[in-house]
Amino acid sequence: MGANDFANLPYIGESVLRKEDYRFLTGAGQYTDDITLPRMAHAVFVRSPHAHAAIKSVDTRAAKSAPGVIGVLEGKDVANDKINGLPCGWLITSTDGQPMKEPPHPILALDKVRYVGDHVVMVVAETLEQAKNAAELVEVDYAPLSAVVDVRDAKGGAALHDIAPDNHCYKWAIGDKAQVDAAFIGAAHITKLDLINNRLVPNAMEPRAAIGSYSRANDDYTLYVSNQNPHVERLLMTAFVMGLPEHKVRVIAPDVGGGFGSKIYLYAEDVCLTWASKKLNRNIKWICERGEAFLSDAHGRDHSSHAELAIDKDGKFLALRVHTDANLGAYLSTFSTCVPTILYATLLAGQYTTPLVYAEVDAWFTNTAPVDAYRGAGRPEATYLLERIVSRAAFELGLSQDEIRRRNFITQFPYQTPVALQYDIGDYVACMDASQKLADVAGFKARQAASKAQGKLRGIGYSSYIEACGLAPSNIAGALGARAGLFECGEVRVHPTGSVTVFTGSHSHGQGHETTFAQVVASRLGISVDAVDIVHGDTGRVPFGMGTYGSRSISVGGAAIMKALDKIEAKAKKIAAHLLEASDTDIDFANGEFTVRGTDKKIPFGTVALTAYVPHNYPLETLEPGLNETAFYDPTNFTFPSGTYIAEVEVDPETGVVRLDRFTAVDDFGTIINPMIVEGQVHGGLVQGIGQALIENCVYDRETGQLLTGSFMDYAMPRADDFPEFKIGHVCTPCTHNPLGTKGCGEAGAIGSPPAIINAVLDALAPLGVKDLDMPATPHRVWQAIQAVKA
Amino acid sequence: MMQIQLTVNGQAVTLTAAPNTLLVQALREHLNLTGTHVGCDTAQCGACTVLMNGNAIKSCNVLLAQAQGAEIATIEGLAAPDGTMHPMQAAFKDCHGLQCGYCTPGMVMNAVDICRKHPNPSAQQIREQLEGNICRCTGYQNIVKAVQQGAAAMKA
Repeated sequence: MGANDFANLPYIGESVLRKEDYRFLTGAGQYTDDITLPRMAHAVFVRSPHAHAAIKSVDTRAAKSAPGVIGVLEGKDVANDKINGLPCGWLITSTDGQPMKEPPHPILALDKVRYVGDHVVMVVAETLEQAKNAAELVEVDYAPLSAVVDVRDAKGGAALHDIAPDNHCYKWAIGDKAQVDAAFIGAAHITKLDLINNRLVPNAMEPRAAIGSYSRANDDYTLYVSNQNPHVERLLMTAFVMGLPEHKVRVIAPDVGGGFGSKIYLYAEDVCLTWASKKLNRNIKWICERGEAFLSDAHGRDHSSHAELAIDKDGKFLALRVHTDANLGAYLSTFSTCVPTILYATLLAGQYTTPLVYAEVDAWFTNTAPVDAYRGAGRPEATYLLERIVSRAAFELGLSQDEIRRRNFITQFPYQTPVALQYDIGDYVACMDASQKLADVAGFKARQAASKAQGKLRGIGYSSYIEACGLAPSNIAGALGARAGLFECGEVRVHPTGSVTVFTGSHSHGQGHETTFAQVVASRLGISVDAVDIVHGDTGRVPFGMGTYGSRSISVGGAAIMKALDKIEAKAKKIAAHLLEASDTDIDFANGEFTVRGTDKKIPFGTVALTAYVPHNYPLETLEPGLNETAFYDPTNFTFPSGTYIAEVEVDPETGVVRLDRFTAVDDFGTIINPMIVEGQVHGGLVQGIGQALIENCVYDRETGQLLTGSFMDYAMPRADDFPEFKIGHVCTPCTHNPLGTKGCGEAGAIGSPPAIINAVLDALAPLGVKDLDMPATPHRVWQAIQAVKA
Repeated sequence: MMQIQLTVNGQAVTLTAAPNTLLVQALREHLNLTGTHVGCDTAQCGACTVLMNGNAIKSCNVLLAQAQGAEIATIEGLAAPDGTMHPMQAAFKDCHGLQCGYCTPGMVMNAVDICRKHPNPSAQQIREQLEGNICRCTGYQNIVKAVQQGAAAMKA
């Protein structure tokens, strides 16, 4: 079925209320910490208090003899049991042809610790309290070393890893440098910008959690883990770290309380629990405390960049030149290396016809928690840089922020960018028009004057973002260094009485797959949404899938289900043809009924389903019984959601307080299956993006490497009273290369919003002469910027 | 060990627990009421919000001993005995006021408390009153709508 036919089916475009809500609203969700297994012990990790130190000795004797202690495991036990370190899932090749530096990432530190929170010893005891008390008795003798936490300090800092004496992991580049440099010569105008993309802590509300379980009777393991992609977790853990056969390990990601990227990865704790469950022959639970999560979850962003934009006399962009230093933290997390490269620099054409782009990225190790994908992953960093420099160019040239964008929008599709991507479709002008209308830009001047009368400065900020979702296809990603496939699986199991269970490799941790995916299936088969259940998050039940990240679920996972439904429909037509005594090529299927074209002969879907399992009157010679089909879908291209966001802020020049007054988001997600769920995704993304722009900031002490923002008391989480009501609109150009026409919506809000906010603040402060500001635009920072221009 | 008597979701219970037991631990670990969640360790996130003697409190920040004789209401006790959702639960579903569901029980319990004390809350009032409950998924917009709709339904 094609995307146009699909969009016209019942349930598609309908805000069906969520099937999963009842259990969450009645306290019946089953998150990992809600699971209690028999003979369950509890684990606690002893973590490094130093950012960088040599381990002189580890003394666990007192801990081992403490009440209730079952086992105390350390780095040398890991080495003795030949457990490998954690692998990195993406190989980046440096500009000199050398592979990136890939230092060992041990699951328990052996000779050295490299960030505050690095895992050193695991203590397992009968109760959590006993484990905590015993952990206090572990004595680690450290010889502290000097630490480097800021990416700009990495080059001269003490080396973290022997194989990277200058802390450099790789230098990567894209684009034609010589052509770009030539375009800058003779450009009518050049805009330059230095900026920091601030480090963030993902902070899913459910902290990471895991239960390791081993059965001696069957010699197999089960790991319950709060994770976004259980099959990838299992593959990495079995094949690369523990050397176990995959069929002996089952990974279950039950209800998961948010992920935002931070639960994509294989973490050391997950391996430790699996390993220890056999070694100690106990079921073992570990629940990450929030303070521990701040220290040890993979963080996001943390780029320092310089950008230059060459512009001709008519305001058309000629070339973009970018250098970025990316902080990877102390070790390479699972997908860390592709974030500041493949997922970042390929987006630097944005929505514009800029014919030449060159970007160079240096990636560095520092004594901080590993940095990996966080909602948007590379695309927010690209969008922030591009949309900041575009608005700055507008300010410098005396053009309005919308006018400079309109002069440069891509209007012909497909469009080949100079940085590898080929956009299939979009309508950037329509998004701009719709956003300006919804934002009442026409009334801005009057609102600005009203603010001024009250001593406030009002500014408007634009951001026209592009993003790339559903990273694919596998073979091209492989050529670019991916060490995994990027397909998705879907299995559609039609039961004899016509209800359906669907098994998907995608994983829902808030996105509402159990409803949206059920709408897809119900619409195709002409049955009710209630007749379809979605199963996800269990390697013991679901065929091999790649999980949920990069806004891929509906466009890749949904497409796999569509392919399986194609097979179901084709087989069901053959059964119907037999029952209706017609040729299967004469059978039509619509609204849950099989009809013989040109006749009034028909038969319902339920009868065909029953016949498939009670094949008494059935073409057994030519057709197998049953109605159960699996498909794997590997996309031919990324999808390219886009949109224009407009922020309006009011700044108090006396205090530096920024009040977000209005925010408008118009997105093009292609076909929308459930508008209610899609808008919810946008709202959530916006709050994370606006949070980055205004309040969120992860700070390490530049001297000691201590994490200064280690709790919700110190790290500003967005709260309900920080925001106005958002205005949301849509433009629809269906994706041209998947069977649903969908593009993905999970990350857009977090990608598009930060530059809109900062551009609005800078627009407000322009009369004072403030030209630059880094995120987050806290009152202190804004006030300092105002004082700096006064001086 | 100490013995504490309290009422949880209308049922009298007697718990024998260590003196340092938190109310949230008593609910989750002693009574297996796992709908009340723990999202932080600094009483900031509100995922553990329950009603104690009719007031929303953070159960991670209250000792079980302090709940001697108290009436506690948790998310598990909010729906009718036949499973029909409380108007506030229904409003959260209608308005898509939840995504991953982790903060939801605390949000709903606080929302019930807000609407009992402010039967006609404005959007701004709701935002201010929800300041102690962090949600990382929804962006709050639909939670505010849900609380408004729930407030209206609770009066009906």
